[in-house]
Amino acid sequence: MQSPALALEVRALRKTFGTVVAVDALDLQVRSGECFGLLGPNGAGKTTTIEICEGLQEPDSGDVIVLGRHWASDERALRERLGVQLQETQFSEKVTVEETIALFRSFFRSGPAVEEIIGLVQLEEKRGARVGTLSGGQKQRLSVACALAGDPELLFLDEPTTGLDPQSRRQLWDLVERLRASGRTIVLTTHYMEEAERLCDRVAIVDQGRVIAIDTPRALIRSLGAEQVVEVEVSEGIAATPGLFDGTQGVLSARLDGPLWTLQVSAAHEAVPAVLHRVEEAGLSLTELRTHTPTLEDVFVSLTGRHLREQ
Amino acid sequence: MSAPGSREGPGIGWNPRPGESESPLIQLTRTRFREFLREPEAVFWTFVFPLLLASGLGLAFRSRPNDVAKVGVLSTAPAASLVRDALAGDSSLTVVMLDDTSATTALRIGTVALVVVALDSQRVEYRLDRARTEARTARFLVDDALQRARGRANPVAVTEALVSERGSRYIDFVLPGLLAMNLMGSGMWGIGFSIVDARRKKLLKRFVATPMRRYHYLASFLLMRLGLMVIEVSVISAFGRFAFGVPMRGSVVAFAVACLLGALVFGSLGLLVASRARTIEAASGLMNLIMLPMWVASGVFFSAGNFPDAVQPFIQALPLTAVVDSVRGIMIQGLGWAALAPEFAIIAAWLVLSFGIALRFFRWR
Ligand SMILES: Nc1ncnc2c1ncn2[C@@H]1O[C@H](COP(=O)(O)OP(=O)(O)O)[C@@H](O)[C@H]1O
Ligand SMILES: [Mg+2]
Repeated sequence: MQSPALALEVRALRKTFGTVVAVDALDLQVRSGECFGLLGPNGAGKTTTIEICEGLQEPDSGDVIVLGRHWASDERALRERLGVQLQETQFSEKVTVEETIALFRSFFRSGPAVEEIIGLVQLEEKRGARVGTLSGGQKQRLSVACALAGDPELLFLDEPTTGLDPQSRRQLWDLVERLRASGRTIVLTTHYMEEAERLCDRVAIVDQGRVIAIDTPRALIRSLGAEQVVEVEVSEGIAATPGLFDGTQGVLSARLDGPLWTLQVSAAHEAVPAVLHRVEEAGLSLTELRTHTPTLEDVFVSLTGRHLREQ
Repeated sequence: MSAPGSREGPGIGWNPRPGESESPLIQLTRTRFREFLREPEAVFWTFVFPLLLASGLGLAFRSRPNDVAKVGVLSTAPAASLVRDALAGDSSLTVVMLDDTSATTALRIGTVALVVVALDSQRVEYRLDRARTEARTARFLVDDALQRARGRANPVAVTEALVSERGSRYIDFVLPGLLAMNLMGSGMWGIGFSIVDARRKKLLKRFVATPMRRYHYLASFLLMRLGLMVIEVSVISAFGRFAFGVPMRGSVVAFAVACLLGALVFGSLGLLVASRARTIEAASGLMNLIMLPMWVASGVFFSAGNFPDAVQPFIQALPLTAVVDSVRGIMIQGLGWAALAPEFAIIAAWLVLSFGIALRFFRWR
């Protein structure tokens, strides 16, 4: 079967729960073979969106076309071709890794051997261990393994690394990169901007049920126009001087958040001395100064005025 | 679907192969057994508990053919030794000598069934609580022994031919009841809890996201119940047979059919209870609501006939009553198919009804 150019197309999707609008006029196009990310804070509507795409929730309105087919008419055929990992599945604790994967494998008409799946997710040593004894990272890899049981063309991963320690997260990233390299389409959700930047070919930034930006991570970051981001913390109390950095050389935009100023600058070597001068001029004292290259987090902040994760 | 190996890439060199995996129904059923057998508590409640209960009841209510009544003789009474000698010759009586206070205490706490006060050589007084069966029995035995010792002749000659028929003891009554009750308990708890737990853990939703056939999932629970039913029923009835000699008078095939229907009907009721519930608490509340009346009314421990006529139609329509009556009827009375038909019809009706409703309203997400 010829894969269509678009693995997933979502048009004007809307879903409400009572008075809560979880997804609001959302559009997406995911190309075959790409790794596509839905990046947004908690409650943005990522899970609702992805579960509608997986045929697990009914939208109030809008169209979803998955691998060129509709859920209403082709549910069974679609299920054979999709791999799904849910945000919060807990597998049976008394059953072993191998038995769990074999169970999921049996649901699909074709797919890799159980051995191969275990090897791919690197759970060889835990093959005979009961699920209840696995670490968080191992459980998450088991969850991906079950999603791979039917050798899916399109793989949905909902927050695959949430709650994992840094090492487990990196292991999972490696796994996703290998899956991406094998040519299957991946749609993943995350609220970690590093994850979206590292794994995704394209990212849709989602906030309050809407896509507010969609592009490659690089293009999104480039759209800020800033070369560097400078964070300046000045002595508290008198920090909230509005317009403190207006017109400072090299500063493109400035945002005050508590005692912390976040400045997007064009050239750090020019902007930093000017910023220091400005602080001194205003009779304030500097308590902290940091610079970093812009990230998707900065894109989100500049689009919404809020951070991805509330610290 | 893509040809084998068409999407090979770095790190993934696998070849999707159709049809090499086991049938999903077999895999699901094996998972059910694993989940059950690896849960020691579940194994205990299903297999060990009914045996303990049967042993306890069997021992407490065992028939005592050589029953001995224990009676006291007031040692301070004038003709005490006369009475003691008269009673000592009777093998169905054990006699103890008691002073005034210990006689009162012994009567009150039941260590003796009756106290004999020998007022003089011509008159005796019996102290007893007429509400107690063993006291009334002891009174007859003592009186008979005393009157005979003083020369009373029986006008009618009597001989006894002792019978102790298997099938008429309490253990014969209660063991089929326990068997049926066990089918109900393990069917409802076993299925209900597993399903609600899977729903709570979003495992049901995860299954629905695969091409798994939904009826395979539900059928795997009924298959597990059938497999466990064979073990439960064998263990309990073998125990009854070898430990207490509980008979199996009817056909083994009819017995197997009754147990099969019982396992299925309570499995379906378990599915029904689990079909909507999201929490274990909600499910167990509902299960107690359904099971408690049947424990009391369905004739597990005492005959359902004790309840007033007005409620009999309802009691007879309960699934546990139907299973208890048919299992007991086959084992103890040796009932045949024709006699069992009404019970089997009731069970089948419950089975179809509860499975149908469960399937219709099952919450998969
Ligand atoms: N089943 C539900 N019932 C009620 N509200 C829900 C339900 N699912 C999601 N929501 C609400 O919809 C919004 C989006 O939720 P969700 O899609 O889970 O966001 P995310 O995955 O991005 O964290 C949230 O406000 C959430 O509270
Ligand atoms: Mg979510």
